[in-house]
Amino acid sequence: MQLEEPYIKLENVSFSYDSVPVIEDLTFTVRKGEYLGIIGPNGGGKTTLIKIILGLLHPTNGVITLFGKDRHDFKEKHRIGYVPQRITQADKNFPATVFEVVRTGRIARLGFFEKFTKKDIEVVEHAMEISGIARYRDTLIGNLSGGERQRVFIARALASEPDVLILDEPTVGVDIGAQKTFYDFLASLNRDHHLTIIFISHDIDAVSQETKTVLCLNHNLVCHGLPHDLLNEHILNRLYGRHSRIVSHNTNKKE
Amino acid sequence: MLEIFQYDFMVRAFEAGIAIGIVAPLIGMFLVVRRYSLMADTLAHVSFAGVAIGLLLKINPIFSAIGLSVVAAFGIESLRNSRRIFGESVLALFLSGSLAVAVIILSLAKGFNANLFSYLFGSISTVSTGDLLVIIALAIIVFLDVVFLYKELFFTSFDPELAEASGLPVKVINLMMVMLAAVAVAISIRIVGVLLIGALMVIPVISAMQYGRGFRITLILSVVFSLVSVITGLFASYYFDLASGGAIVLVALIFFILSLIVAKK
Repeated sequence: MQLEEPYIKLENVSFSYDSVPVIEDLTFTVRKGEYLGIIGPNGGGKTTLIKIILGLLHPTNGVITLFGKDRHDFKEKHRIGYVPQRITQADKNFPATVFEVVRTGRIARLGFFEKFTKKDIEVVEHAMEISGIARYRDTLIGNLSGGERQRVFIARALASEPDVLILDEPTVGVDIGAQKTFYDFLASLNRDHHLTIIFISHDIDAVSQETKTVLCLNHNLVCHGLPHDLLNEHILNRLYGRHSRIVSHNTNKKE
Repeated sequence: MLEIFQYDFMVRAFEAGIAIGIVAPLIGMFLVVRRYSLMADTLAHVSFAGVAIGLLLKINPIFSAIGLSVVAAFGIESLRNSRRIFGESVLALFLSGSLAVAVIILSLAKGFNANLFSYLFGSISTVSTGDLLVIIALAIIVFLDVVFLYKELFFTSFDPELAEASGLPVKVINLMMVMLAAVAVAISIRIVGVLLIGALMVIPVISAMQYGRGFRITLILSVVFSLVSVITGLFASYYFDLASGGAIVLVALIFFILSLIVAKK
């Protein structure tokens, strides 16, 4: 079997905050077309890992290769679309419309002083369309619900026409009904738009049902593989401690 | 033609006022949305220390004010980035520190006179032709910077982390932003005064924000409010012999109160 092109590759990556180790000797590869879920306890290094991949934090050790280039030489930032965690805390009073926010997704593709072109605007409108927020184009982001704002930030990430979409705890603050539609939307992005997705969550149910592969992170790699092979009691004990249990593993399962 | 425009000093005041009226809210908008409103006041006090240095060394106070506030802007950003002090505390430090410097220099230079009052609250009669040229040239530079770097300034204000992840040099942009603010403040103190320039940068912006529009429209609205405040304030200042800064800010305040009432949902 021929393996797909490696998009994100970490080799022996470690990271410490003020000599407190957060990530230790992490090695894994994300390939084109993957839908990877990253789970692990709070403080286990999930968000730190994402920030390292995005270049917001620099690893203390190890090598990171993005789309075949060392992270220092990687300039095509637009190839990684990032949906941050703290969307629900986004300033409600910030005077910006949905369109203005989504349009920032194009900036990674433009140089300083460069104006948005007609093509940029078309891509932005398309991203709003497929994210289902086109009708909110001129609404202030502060006036949207958590789920809608979530989609604004996804549209923003999609507007850069990325190859990889990284989402950090995307369903926090999104109600249950909207979560289901949201997961279907992610699945369709992966399936129909051939987008590689990395999805951080503390929600083991969601990860095991939605993603194709799972990475369990608690400072180092606890497991990496197919959800059904991995998410057993043994691994969860290693990940979360003795008393964790798989609950309602099959509820809400997709037909 | 109105009698008021027969005086050259009034024409200069209006020309400088319009330049400031456009630039102050443009910069103020980015400061307000970054929760950095106090920055304008801080830079104004630094400018005041600059004015004091200018009076002491007998150089044009506008130049010393611009020089010192740009240097201070650099210092503020460096200290803030070092994360050893809270951003707000850095501002408090520079605000009171520079006031202390100004007071000491002025008392050494025996500079407590009517001239000082005009720097504190603004004066329409003090803008010289040389000042006017400096004010307009720098206002144009600030204006063009904001226009050409609009998307970068917006993005870093909206979400600095996302902006950095997109490859923008956020620290450089922040530094530039603060330096532009320093210049905008320094050129405004002749007309609006040290104690009131912060108000001209902030009040038109928060008035415009009451209407719940997007960033660009809010920005344009704030410039309109600011310009009308400056022009009305200058007229009032002339006809009723008021300190121009006070008159301008009072009009801006009236706009704010009206906006609160009109825009109430």
